Amino acid sequence: MQTFRVKRFLDSGSLWIWFCGGALGLSLLMIGGLLILILVNGMGYFWPKDLIQFTLNTGEVVLGEWVDTETIPDTVSSDHPKGLTRVQLKVGNRDLYGLDFRWIDQVDIVKEEYPLDVFVFERREWGKFFGRIHEIYDGDVRVASNHKEGVTVVFLLLERTNTIQQKIHDIEYGEFGELNHYLEQSRLALRSLEMGEYPDSDEQAMIEDQIQEYERMYEVQNTAVMALYDELAQLQITVMDVAGEEKTFPLGTLLGVWMPNSLDVGQKLSLYVQNFWEVLSEEPREANTEGGIFPAIFGTVLMVVIMSIAVVPFGVLAAIYLKEYAKQGVVTKMIRIAVNNLAGVPSIVFGVFGLGFFVYAVGGTLDQLFFAESLPNPTFGTGGIFWASLTLALMTVPVVIVATEEGLSAVPREYREGSLGLGATKWEALRHVVLPCAMPGILTGLILAVSRATGEVAPLMLTGVVKLAPSLPIDGFFPFLHLDRKFMHLGFHIYDVGFQSPNVEAAMPMVYVTTFILVFVVLVLNMAAIVLRTRMRRRYAGSSV
Amino acid sequence: MFMQSFPLLIGKSLVRKRNTLLSTKSIEKDPHNLECMEQDHMESTASLVAGSHAKIRIQGMNFFYGTVQALTNVSMAVPANRVTAFIGPSGCGKSTLLRCLNRLNDLVDGARIEGKILLEGNDIYDPEVDVTDLRTRVGMVFQKVNPFPKSIWQNVAFGPELQQVKKRAVLNDIVETSLQGAGLWEEVKDRLHASAFSLSGGQQQRLCIARALAVNPDVLLLDEPCSALDPISTGRIEELLHVLKERLTIVIVTHNMQQAARVSDLTGFFLLGKLIEYDDTKKIFTNPSDGRTEDYITGRFG
Repeated sequence: MQTFRVKRFLDSGSLWIWFCGGALGLSLLMIGGLLILILVNGMGYFWPKDLIQFTLNTGEVVLGEWVDTETIPDTVSSDHPKGLTRVQLKVGNRDLYGLDFRWIDQVDIVKEEYPLDVFVFERREWGKFFGRIHEIYDGDVRVASNHKEGVTVVFLLLERTNTIQQKIHDIEYGEFGELNHYLEQSRLALRSLEMGEYPDSDEQAMIEDQIQEYERMYEVQNTAVMALYDELAQLQITVMDVAGEEKTFPLGTLLGVWMPNSLDVGQKLSLYVQNFWEVLSEEPREANTEGGIFPAIFGTVLMVVIMSIAVVPFGVLAAIYLKEYAKQGVVTKMIRIAVNNLAGVPSIVFGVFGLGFFVYAVGGTLDQLFFAESLPNPTFGTGGIFWASLTLALMTVPVVIVATEEGLSAVPREYREGSLGLGATKWEALRHVVLPCAMPGILTGLILAVSRATGEVAPLMLTGVVKLAPSLPIDGFFPFLHLDRKFMHLGFHIYDVGFQSPNVEAAMPMVYVTTFILVFVVLVLNMAAIVLRTRMRRRYAGSSV
Repeated sequence: MFMQSFPLLIGKSLVRKRNTLLSTKSIEKDPHNLECMEQDHMESTASLVAGSHAKIRIQGMNFFYGTVQALTNVSMAVPANRVTAFIGPSGCGKSTLLRCLNRLNDLVDGARIEGKILLEGNDIYDPEVDVTDLRTRVGMVFQKVNPFPKSIWQNVAFGPELQQVKKRAVLNDIVETSLQGAGLWEEVKDRLHASAFSLSGGQQQRLCIARALAVNPDVLLLDEPCSALDPISTGRIEELLHVLKERLTIVIVTHNMQQAARVSDLTGFFLLGKLIEYDDTKKIFTNPSDGRTEDYITGRFG
């Protein structure tokens, strides 16, 4: 009776349904867990944390942000059945202490307070400083001689320095950038004149005059910037940590100050949004561990766009020939197998190929033919966003070919025959009826290609990604899109910040933030393609009677 | 609104259905149309079968899919301005023959043809023949209703546009006359730019006929055009064929023997790739000369 029941249960298939459901559930759980981990750690980074002040039994006072509390291993005893705990504190003040983090045993803590008047000083260098204002000098004049006076003036002074900083930034990135660009152009023109067969001394002299003119203008601007820097250096702030140690630095190096313990939720929220926006819009500082990741976001998106522009036409045309025109047989079968296998080749192999073929062979040749005047400095003969995009396009072209072929086979035979029956040539049938119907399939291929390309890092490291790119691949100078430039990429940024930076622990939140944004960028790019596909589907929705 | 119009519709369609079931008779009664045709019919069916007024002549045709022979030594003459029906059980080659008439079988890998098919005396398999030209002269309507995923207007204008008709006004004219020719104009004239899929199945099939008419063919091939349609839509299409045959030569493949009896003037019966009997439809259905034809039409097999 019992075995009969078991057999009936097994035969009913319920067991397998449970297995299938379980497998799906487990997958969802893993994906969900990953996303939540990234989300919590990434988004928590922007929240202004309170500063805790511990007084230890040695009399020492420590101030910092709470990071973690953990059980000390091997401390379980009869007194402490759960073991002793310790707190990890981010104490900042790297220039004074040498380390950003400190472990404090719970048993050593005598008192725990949240002093309302302590500041977080966000600095351009050395990370954050936690403490109070000691004094502020404007030139020789002391404008604040204690913390209380400091609080009243620091925000005003900060506004002043920010205005000056902005002016300096404008000149450095505006006029300086422009002058540098023209200087470089003139220098290259001179060089190519010298290299030419018939040197024209008149023209050379003209260009040299031009260069001198540019250099003179550069001097003028430089004097202005120097004056601004001097003005900045007038303001000096001396800060003091809770133990009484002092540190003096120019006020101009401060990015922001706030008193976390006296902020209400609304203020914290606005600070949160501000921090978030800074990360999205600013350039990185301090070996990428601080500041923003805008160049990396920009580089990633631009690279994917260039890759898509390159991969879709090639993949679709190849698939059309393979599916529609090539005589089906052993050869096409072998090509299909090869294409499918190409999709499984490790990406680093594509990176090596891209370096050898695109960068050295094609790029080197281009340099000799068209950019000889700047040699030995390579223009296209070194890694750049164009070569990286092409390498990724090569890597993802099998995906597009396979998806397009599937899309083409999914078009009902009746559509082809219907259009051929009306006197269309094969090409006309393809162009007007079959291809539009296969568009959703092609876009599926693009979606897969985009997802794969956005997350890929290995081949980029060989073909043009750098940890810090001096300028974006798009700017205001002709030809505006500089395909030869090196670029930053979110995936590589994660690797660089997480594993190559001198202060890994301090950089960890940045890794989560960057990961979160990378996932988000993949999502946005995919969504764009999916929306496009849905529109196509709706337009070409087949209805069979 | 719906409640009111629904029974009315049913009433109308019932009448129409009866008409179509008796269509051969009703048309013979129609004083306009077929008095002369009736005479003509009686006199010359035998000569039509023998090949007078032949639009298409098939001579000693064999057809192979790879090594499989689908048609064996088929010879027949399809007369102009008549409806010729091909009947026979599944796999008998009737659809294959139909698709040979506009060379749609060229697309099939390994297809091979022997013998000749003459359209107005010219061999359509001659290497000099432009296949796309041929297909505009010999239009086709398929078993699976296949309007393109475009608007009604775009569907009908598709063929003319391929022939480089670019003027909007000309195209509009063609679309209107074609839709009128397919008896669809009144139903769709206010929504020409709606998706073709918004039409009902029967309307879609008539749209396909309009689309075929738009390139102004001489011959219209129909491959089981009503197999997916309800009796009412079927009836409308059958009525349409009667009108169309005045300007076109029509060849229809059908599984439905009543349909063949209703719409066709001549019927060819196919079995295992051979043309068993080809004669006046009335004769085939009332007094077939071959025992196998009789077995098939009386439902003994197939």
